[in-house]
Amino acid sequence: MKYASQAVAKPYFAFAMLLFVGQIVFGLILGTQYIIGDFLFPEIPFNVARMVHTNLLIVWLLFAFMGATYYLIPEETQTELWSTKLGYALFWIFAVAGVLTILGYLLVPYAQLADMTGNHLLPTMGREFLEQPTITKIGIALVVAGFIFNILMTVLKGRKTVVNMVLITGLIGLAVFWMFSFYNPKSLVMDKYFWWWVVHLWVEGVWELILGAILAFILIKTTGVDREVVEKWLYLIIAMALISGILGTGHHYFFIGAPEYWLWIGSIFSAIEPLPFFLMVLFALSMLKQRRREHPNKAAVTWAVGCTIMAFLGAGVWGFLHTLAPVNYYTHGTQLTAAHGHLAFFGAYAMIAMAIISYSWPKLHGRECNSPQAQRMEIWSCWVMSLSMLAITLLLTWAGWIQVEMQRLPDDAGAIGYMQTQDAIMHVYWMRLAAGVAFAVGLGMYLYSFIVARNTRDQSPELIKAA
Amino acid sequence: MSERFTKGMARNIYYGGGMFFMLLFIGLTVDTVTAIPERENRDQLTAEVAHGKELWEKNNCVGCHSLMGEGAYFAPELGNVFQRRGMDNEAAFKAYFGAWMKAMPTGVEGRRQMPQFNLSEDELNAMAEFLIWSSRIDTNDWPPNKEG
Repeated sequence: MKYASQAVAKPYFAFAMLLFVGQIVFGLILGTQYIIGDFLFPEIPFNVARMVHTNLLIVWLLFAFMGATYYLIPEETQTELWSTKLGYALFWIFAVAGVLTILGYLLVPYAQLADMTGNHLLPTMGREFLEQPTITKIGIALVVAGFIFNILMTVLKGRKTVVNMVLITGLIGLAVFWMFSFYNPKSLVMDKYFWWWVVHLWVEGVWELILGAILAFILIKTTGVDREVVEKWLYLIIAMALISGILGTGHHYFFIGAPEYWLWIGSIFSAIEPLPFFLMVLFALSMLKQRRREHPNKAAVTWAVGCTIMAFLGAGVWGFLHTLAPVNYYTHGTQLTAAHGHLAFFGAYAMIAMAIISYSWPKLHGRECNSPQAQRMEIWSCWVMSLSMLAITLLLTWAGWIQVEMQRLPDDAGAIGYMQTQDAIMHVYWMRLAAGVAFAVGLGMYLYSFIVARNTRDQSPELIKAA
Repeated sequence: MSERFTKGMARNIYYGGGMFFMLLFIGLTVDTVTAIPERENRDQLTAEVAHGKELWEKNNCVGCHSLMGEGAYFAPELGNVFQRRGMDNEAAFKAYFGAWMKAMPTGVEGRRQMPQFNLSEDELNAMAEFLIWSSRIDTNDWPPNKEG
């Protein structure tokens, strides 16, 4: 690494991977519960396994974004991090708070956790993805505030590039929209309306700025294309993300009690949301075509390009499939939603996390990249995870289609009930579980590639001093 | 990409577009917030209904069920359970709801299980009120049928 303080990224990346493993363990539990309904009941009821699975996802991605930031900010600003002590301290605070929260979910009934953590003083629990006790939410706000402060102080004293400015804008946006998680009114409709100011404005808003900035950084480093060209693309991509995504929030307002004009506004603007993802694919491929160097880290380039393709498929294509109100009327809250969600999150965010880790981990350990054997294992793992996730997505789409056919399309007289419809989908859920196991194998291969890298350290190129 | 489309232009589209649409979104939000009270029958949002929402959250019902299509997809949609199981009759629905909640878990082998939440009579009543109130929200005619 060029700057000693980039080392702060290491524990963040390591912990992110640990949480990722936890997320997948619970994913397999959930996949099993879809088939064997009482699996692990009552010790781990479905809702507990689910909140562990989803919260681990969100938190491991946050750790990965923070690690990415600690790695790329010193390099982009050309100055050391303002405070490495703060960076390490916040790591421990966040990690401990995270572990305690997950243990809370697993060890006590949820209502009891609410009582123990004083939820009644400011009730924010019990909403999807926002299951954290209020004190955890406050902790997250403080950790993120401290993190952004550290980064801002660094950027202030250093070089301001488009990459680092877009990244920090995305991170500040992440913090601002997190504040809406504290708003929990008596009105269910108001609750739902502003819940999406956290969720949509994160993953279909400011997180796209974070994604774009990290992608741009990796492409500058691995292709050597002129920064001016990369930064122009980045601006265009994030422009389209905000122009489509802000009013695109309306595609969540079709059926929750909001006015009818959202059916139109949400449909039209969210139909444009695939565009920034399509631009990212063109961006990556175009930079590769114009490359001025053959960077030896093929794995990182694979993750980066793969990310844009999988994100376009998951967020763009699968998102588009159910974004228009007349379609969504029948598919709302079915397995099609789950299909889209899984491929979108994996393609856009899990893969960019693995791309930046792939690029920076060797450099943080004194190597330009990993040995050919380690990279081969890593690239294989990328394919196995990606194809498994595509399989999960196609299967859940099939499951959603069966639901729509049996449960939603017919009228009151002909519609089949929820539980009976689920029974009819059982064979698809079996196949989905198999795909989930394959994904877990892929993750195992990915982690194994780190061991191979360590064992074949002597076969990896030294850090290129002038770069 | 030609030289005529400069980085400065792209930056301006980002700033201008972002700001314009954020302001428009805030404007639409003000309008929506003004329209919601009538659409959700806020005058019928009693202390009981509010308590029911608190219980819904405290017991994480959304962790298995969906409400207006949002939540988890492991158990039935409950936004219209009042129509589906109560046939729009409040007394009938409360009787059904109380009996159901007290009977959980079913213990049927292999079937998806719902925990026993040990709710008091008051709490059961509040939850039922919450679900009844929720079923009357104007959701633009969603769901398509009684199965939800």
